[in-house]
Amino acid sequence: MGNLFKIAFRNLLRYKRRTLLTASLVTIGVVFVLLFISISGSFKNMMVGQMTDSMLGHLEVHRKGYLASIDNLPLNLNLKPQAYQKLEGILKKQPEVEAFSPRIKFGGMFSTFVETTNIRLNGVYPDLELRAVPLLPTRLTNGTKKTLEKGEIWIPELMSKSMKVNLGDTVVVIATNKDGSVNGKQFKVAGVLESVTGPGGRDGYIHIEDAMETLRMEEMEVSEVALRLKNFGQLNPFSEKLERLLSGEVNKEGKPIYEVHTWEKLSPFYNIARMIDLMAFFIKLMLIAVVLVSIMNVMIMAVYERIREIGTIAAIGTLPGKILSMFVLEGLFLGTMGALAGDLIGLIIILILNRVGITFDFGRETGLVLSTTIGPMDVVIISLIVIFISVVASLQPAYKASRMEPIKALRHV
Amino acid sequence: MGLVVAENITKIYSVVATKVSKDYQAGEIAIRALNEVSFEIDPASFVSFVGPSGSGKTTLLNLIGCLDKPTEGKLMVAGTDVLHLDRKQSASFRGNNLGFIFQDFNLLPVLTVFENIEYPLLMVQNIPGGERKKRILTLLEAVGMIEQKNKYPDQISGGQKQRVAIARALVTNPKLVLADEPTANLDHKTAFLVLESMKKMRNEFQTTFIFSTHDQKIVGEAEIVFTLEDGELTGKQVKGGKKNG
Repeated sequence: MGNLFKIAFRNLLRYKRRTLLTASLVTIGVVFVLLFISISGSFKNMMVGQMTDSMLGHLEVHRKGYLASIDNLPLNLNLKPQAYQKLEGILKKQPEVEAFSPRIKFGGMFSTFVETTNIRLNGVYPDLELRAVPLLPTRLTNGTKKTLEKGEIWIPELMSKSMKVNLGDTVVVIATNKDGSVNGKQFKVAGVLESVTGPGGRDGYIHIEDAMETLRMEEMEVSEVALRLKNFGQLNPFSEKLERLLSGEVNKEGKPIYEVHTWEKLSPFYNIARMIDLMAFFIKLMLIAVVLVSIMNVMIMAVYERIREIGTIAAIGTLPGKILSMFVLEGLFLGTMGALAGDLIGLIIILILNRVGITFDFGRETGLVLSTTIGPMDVVIISLIVIFISVVASLQPAYKASRMEPIKALRHV
Repeated sequence: MGLVVAENITKIYSVVATKVSKDYQAGEIAIRALNEVSFEIDPASFVSFVGPSGSGKTTLLNLIGCLDKPTEGKLMVAGTDVLHLDRKQSASFRGNNLGFIFQDFNLLPVLTVFENIEYPLLMVQNIPGGERKKRILTLLEAVGMIEQKNKYPDQISGGQKQRVAIARALVTNPKLVLADEPTANLDHKTAFLVLESMKKMRNEFQTTFIFSTHDQKIVGEAEIVFTLEDGELTGKQVKGGKKNG
């Protein structure tokens, strides 16, 4: 085997310029794919992270039918106290769950005594909410304290600007409860939240007990429970597990009480994320095509140029399998060299991009700094694809070489 | 009381050809390159097939070398009926029983002199390292190429290349070495030196050498000369013996 490696390697060195050109083509392909995967993947992860860690949570549990009417924030579709307690009991037993936070979501009027507008609010336990969505405080504009007390409100930045509301101002929130009675409550503005893309990205926050008071709720009826998992990678298996666990809980009519949704079902950004994945897939396909065509072309040339040599080694008794291996190894070396060089150059460029910092705007968010990263598995997978395709591309010319009649090959001029 | 031992002694020839014919198809025309050729070659012979271009020398050498198959007839090489060997068996048979010397030397350009000789031992016969080195050095010494063992083919002369080719052909201890016009690309002086090397190898290793040539000056070096004309064997001359045909 060592001799096969030696011959294959020396044959590549025989045509240095051609080898260099082909390997360079593979290298460039690998670099582009790594950069694309790195930038698009980092963008996707950043946006997903921002949404899940500062707003949605990894997944949410609602009362069955709530999500279909979420735009109206229907109070009559909140979870009853008993249902929430049951859910709380189940969630506390799940080792995958890092934290969960009950929320009362409702719409109301927001008044500065001068101007009035509508507002969507989340009533939360601040300590639970900050454990379930730990990046929420990062959305608070500078100079504000990072906790929420009773009687305080965090308002969206757009509202703060348009209504000219500043920190420490007193405002009134007026809301109608599920029975139709209207109530109002005064709040002190304790924070201004930067907007994020997605549903709830421009909602305000108050303490859950204030929400209950505003809505004249005697017992807590939560609109949703946001969950954070210890391992984001466990999202889908855990979602399925939770669905199974909750499917047994039915109401008097025998219908399920709960519905479980991952962030993917809650955010339209999931479609963008899928598009990014699809584009990455097509970019990989293009890489495969580039590697396949370039390596096959070189190997066909290599076989054609060495017909007499193939005849000689076949005549002196080299078995067809060894001749095939010799050419396949050449393709393997070409692919491996190209892939390794591409990995190295790609990683260096990613490192430089990180140092320089890519900024971009997304929706209303401006000046987002992208931290480009790529997982070791992505690098390994891309390299293995390139190497595998190089071998596949070499197979046809190698097979042709191995099947050559020595007598005809020796006569070749 | 006397002891009587009866023995059936069957002579083992290097090559036995019985009415061997070979046809080629050139478009719609069938060309008979060899026509019912029959001969035997003893082990350790130094044999030459001579004849003008197109007489069938190369075709016959290809058949003996299991690179091609006869259309008709029977051909035994080193005691094996080579007619029914498949592709893989043919390759294996060639690797273990035959050595080849080509007109254009056909050394692998990416391998050194040493590595070229080593190639069949490594890639065909899987001989262990120590034994391999011993055999190669013995042959390099015998063909006078020990000083050039680390040179690549493009760094040595034509005569030297052919001597390396002889060493490569002999390194597997073949029963038979086939050389198609081995001196065609060499000047006369070098050609004689190469033939001398071949004869020396024959004497040393008792290997049968069969070569083809159309050079009458070279023919004189062979001990047995078969003459081919238009695909037919027209004569056999044994040096110092009678002329048949």
